[in-house]
Amino acid sequence: MSRPLVGGLESPDLASHDTPAHEREPHVPVFMGAVRQELDEIVARYPSKMAALLPALWIVQRERGWVSEDSMAEVAVALALTPAYVKGVVTFYTMYHQHPVTKYFIQVCTTSPCGICGAEDVVKALLRHTRAGELGVPSPDDRFTVIEVECLGACGFATPIMINDEFIESVTAQSVPEILARLA
Amino acid sequence: MGYPHPSHPRETPILSRHFGEPEARTLHGWRGRGGYQALEKALGMAQGDIVNIVKDSGLRGRGGAGFPTGMKWSFMKPGDGKPHYLCCNADESEPGTFKDREIMRWTPHALVEGCAIAAYAMGAETTYIYIRGEFTEPLVWMDRAIREAYDAGILGANAMGSGKRLDVHVHKGAGAYICGEETALMESLEGKRGNPRIKPPFPAVSGVFGMPTTINNVETLAAVPAILMQGAEWYKGMSLSNPKSTGTKLYSVCGNIKRPGTYEVVMGFPFGEFLHDVCGGGVERRKLKAVIPGGASVPIQTMAEAEATLMDYEGFVAQGSMLGSGGVIVIDENQSMVRVIARLARFFAHESCGQCTQCREGTAWMTKIVERIRDGQGTMEDLDTLLDMADNMTGTTICVLSDSCAVPVVSGIKKFRSEFEALIQGKRFYNVLTQVA
Amino acid sequence: MADVKMINLTIEGRPVSVPEGTSILEAAKTAGILIPHYCYHPGLPVAGVCRMCLVEVEKAPKLVPSCASAVAEGQVVRVHAERALEARQGVLEFLLINHPLDCPICDQSGECELQDYTFQEGRADSRYRDPKRFNPVEDFGGDVLYVPNRCILCTRCVRFMDDVAHDTVLNVSERGDRALIGKFEGKDLTHAWAGNVVDLCPVGALLSKDFLNKSRAWELDRTASICPSCTQGCNTMLEVREGTVTRIKPRPNEDVNKFFMCDHGRLNYRWINRTDRAENPHVRTDGRLRSIDWDVAVHAAASLLRDSRAFVLASPFLSNEALHLLSRVMRRNGGAGAFRVAVGEEAPLAGVEDLSLRRDRAANVHGAELFGFKRSDRPLEGLRDGDVLVVADDDLDGIGAEEIARASHLIVIGTILPATAHEAGVLLPITNFAEEEGTFTNLRGRVQRFLQAKPAPGSARPSWLVLGDLLGALGEQDSFYLPSDVFESIAKSHSAFSGLSYETLGLRGLPVLGEAGSPGPVAADGLGAGAGGARP
Repeated sequence: MSRPLVGGLESPDLASHDTPAHEREPHVPVFMGAVRQELDEIVARYPSKMAALLPALWIVQRERGWVSEDSMAEVAVALALTPAYVKGVVTFYTMYHQHPVTKYFIQVCTTSPCGICGAEDVVKALLRHTRAGELGVPSPDDRFTVIEVECLGACGFATPIMINDEFIESVTAQSVPEILARLA
Repeated sequence: MGYPHPSHPRETPILSRHFGEPEARTLHGWRGRGGYQALEKALGMAQGDIVNIVKDSGLRGRGGAGFPTGMKWSFMKPGDGKPHYLCCNADESEPGTFKDREIMRWTPHALVEGCAIAAYAMGAETTYIYIRGEFTEPLVWMDRAIREAYDAGILGANAMGSGKRLDVHVHKGAGAYICGEETALMESLEGKRGNPRIKPPFPAVSGVFGMPTTINNVETLAAVPAILMQGAEWYKGMSLSNPKSTGTKLYSVCGNIKRPGTYEVVMGFPFGEFLHDVCGGGVERRKLKAVIPGGASVPIQTMAEAEATLMDYEGFVAQGSMLGSGGVIVIDENQSMVRVIARLARFFAHESCGQCTQCREGTAWMTKIVERIRDGQGTMEDLDTLLDMADNMTGTTICVLSDSCAVPVVSGIKKFRSEFEALIQGKRFYNVLTQVA
Repeated sequence: MADVKMINLTIEGRPVSVPEGTSILEAAKTAGILIPHYCYHPGLPVAGVCRMCLVEVEKAPKLVPSCASAVAEGQVVRVHAERALEARQGVLEFLLINHPLDCPICDQSGECELQDYTFQEGRADSRYRDPKRFNPVEDFGGDVLYVPNRCILCTRCVRFMDDVAHDTVLNVSERGDRALIGKFEGKDLTHAWAGNVVDLCPVGALLSKDFLNKSRAWELDRTASICPSCTQGCNTMLEVREGTVTRIKPRPNEDVNKFFMCDHGRLNYRWINRTDRAENPHVRTDGRLRSIDWDVAVHAAASLLRDSRAFVLASPFLSNEALHLLSRVMRRNGGAGAFRVAVGEEAPLAGVEDLSLRRDRAANVHGAELFGFKRSDRPLEGLRDGDVLVVADDDLDGIGAEEIARASHLIVIGTILPATAHEAGVLLPITNFAEEEGTFTNLRGRVQRFLQAKPAPGSARPSWLVLGDLLGALGEQDSFYLPSDVFESIAKSHSAFSGLSYETLGLRGLPVLGEAGSPGPVAADGLGAGAGGARP
């Protein structure tokens, strides 16, 4: 469920759909073989295992596209933490997806410096051209989701957007169709 | 240079000289541009001497606080038997600021070299560069640069043959502006929620993993190699106004400006000329209405204040604001100040870590009130409430995010009150300059 | 004490002298000043997040969080300076903007720190005009319900589970004004000590399911007691509503249980209220037990015991006073005695030294042993044919009639008449620990007082009074009129207890000789004003 249900500042992040444990498919461990080795090398960079938590979660998201509760439990075991602790960290940061996302996850900066340079128009154009229509809701063909995010650190190149890991500068409402056309 | 625009003759490109040059990003290209001579020189010097040069130069923290860098370094004395750490704050998330991104994606080796010199000077064998997760491009370039440096023996167990160990690791953030606060950065590095810590203890005494730590901004560290090569006097000499503000500063100019980009000018440069001449003034000759000169956390300036400002730490304070991160947000006559401020308040409310009562509840409440005013549902009492809330949110919390949220609201009401009142009184957006409703 | 450096400062005009490193908040307590606070708790690591404890310190530019700031020599602290009052009023306003108007239905009402400080220093009105945040109630497992709407995010619960229970099952989830306490699906608050988070919660966000909607806080009479459910001897408060024990909460004791008690002890109170009690003395006449008055019953028991050897089946739930007198009955004609105790899994509170739910599930095992009763799983083994069997507060569950039949006579001194005791010659009804005053000795030899919290049913009398009268009827001594007199008699006749008295025990207790050294210092006012007396 999204937090909170009513009142409070709405988060631009997606509503999370908690799937009950008994309905989930059995978890295939992420940290095996080469991926496990990668984690071990990362752990060696820090004097504490806990410090490898953010990097470990990034690995999970890279491998699976999102961070499931089962993955959180797996990371907890690997780093000698509790699942509740890992979840507390995951929910603090905005970039870890807590449920599967569409093939293209589009983040648009709308903080004031971009806001006064037409960011809202970019958002509207994206919602229209992806046919998603609404923020945070997958498009009918299930390929696109558009959300607003806070300052992406490229204010002089308004409006920057991210499509998955790709950072695209200077997007305008006019350039949106062409950007989307490039995507498979 | 006003990257991505061609360099303006009135700029002093030192940090930004090679922005836009793909070659500068490689080790080979960087060496060809004089890179790593400073590190080599530093590794042959006494640690205390390096710290003194930096102190002497007058370099101050370029992330926003402006704390004298050399003095900060001197707090972490080598030889106490504990492992020391250097953290490079590359979490750049202050709205309006995008200079560190340019440094990392155009001159990553400058940052590596700066970190290495700083780490050596402070007896730190390990440096963590904390880069925000959204900076996918800088992450790639920093990773490559670090790998090249290791391969070339510049970093590692025997840095440049000096016998000293210098390790640099990149640590990727995951979406939290608050992790740019130095103690929250340390928490995040340790694998925790990015909650700022109470000080004391200070990082130089007890930082990451409980060990002495220094945290410096990207731009601060990138400035170090040149200071080492050209000397403190050279850096100190670049000061047009107040001798306490020396060297050059990267300004990220954005918003309703003709040539947005990253500019580098000497401390004390006249702000009015900077905006109208160097950066090209308004878009399509629209009149400028307001400027936020140092990122969203500094007070909004009227154009009168901005045009009277000399661009250094003291100069901005004298004209009702602060230098901050140097993120210059230009706002023209077509914008509603209330809209701008509402969105800034929402930014802070999203980014609040939620520890302190005033910030957790106050940032969200402020947002709701300003948005109501923006949407024509405000009352005059709301203005009094906002100012009272701002008072409660200032100087009462663990970190200054709470204060930062109050700043645009207070300076906005103070300097652009008529726009708030117009919306409250039911008029549409009221253009202050043309006085047309 | 000589090595501790003392710091002198002034708080609200009062001179204060405390050890170096003490926080301003704790220093203020010694001056009798309570600085309002939420997230601080003396049993938890400092967080400094609620910002309620801000005080003005002369020469400091900003207000100072008193829980997180150590005292400095010559400091001048003003708790009620205008700036500080404004700041605290500000915090209260911020806390209340999303807080629901639940007082009429919230269990915490009457013992709520948000109510208390708002009444004391808060605004009379709210300036909030927007919708309040809403999250549904959650079951955290164990005895705990979480009401996010009321939560003020002080994080005491998270810090307790993490730092004191060493079982990080609670977290803070989300951030900013979306933050709330969370847990991981499938991992519940089933830790043996998890119920303490309900005590720690300053508001009604964490609630006890057991206590839900049972009583208003101001309807409860609170009496100092000791938990009877294991040998740890946690100090407790019995909370009684109209003669029924409704809730048990821990009472702070730095040397025994800090601020905590386990869920087993906390929830194990229903037996105290059982209604199938023995309420009147009975004597067997003409083949039947008949209700009779006390004098007759006591003399009947005495005549059975006068010339016979007694075997006493005692109970580790009896007080030291009762056991002392019982042992005198036992020894009269060379008799013997034993007791049994139920056992269970040990469950330590990892973050506190020497604090655990103990295997032995009764309070006075150590006391029973000190007074010469043998611990046994088959306690009637020592019963010889022809002995008079005195069953003192044992329910005889699992003991067959054939074992009892070896005795010549059966005297039951207890709270109930056990089913297998239908052949009893005399029944003397006594009070349970909640209905009398007395002491227990815990596993470390610490003697601790408990006070009477509820009235006894019917004509039941305190165990020490009954046994004293019985010894009197046997010609052994004069009657006792006060339990403290019985204790005096213990102190005179048992070297381990020498030097102790109800006055010196106070409400914090003291160890017996030979354990943890000599009896400790005298409690200042006799009612336990010992160190660490912070409100839990």
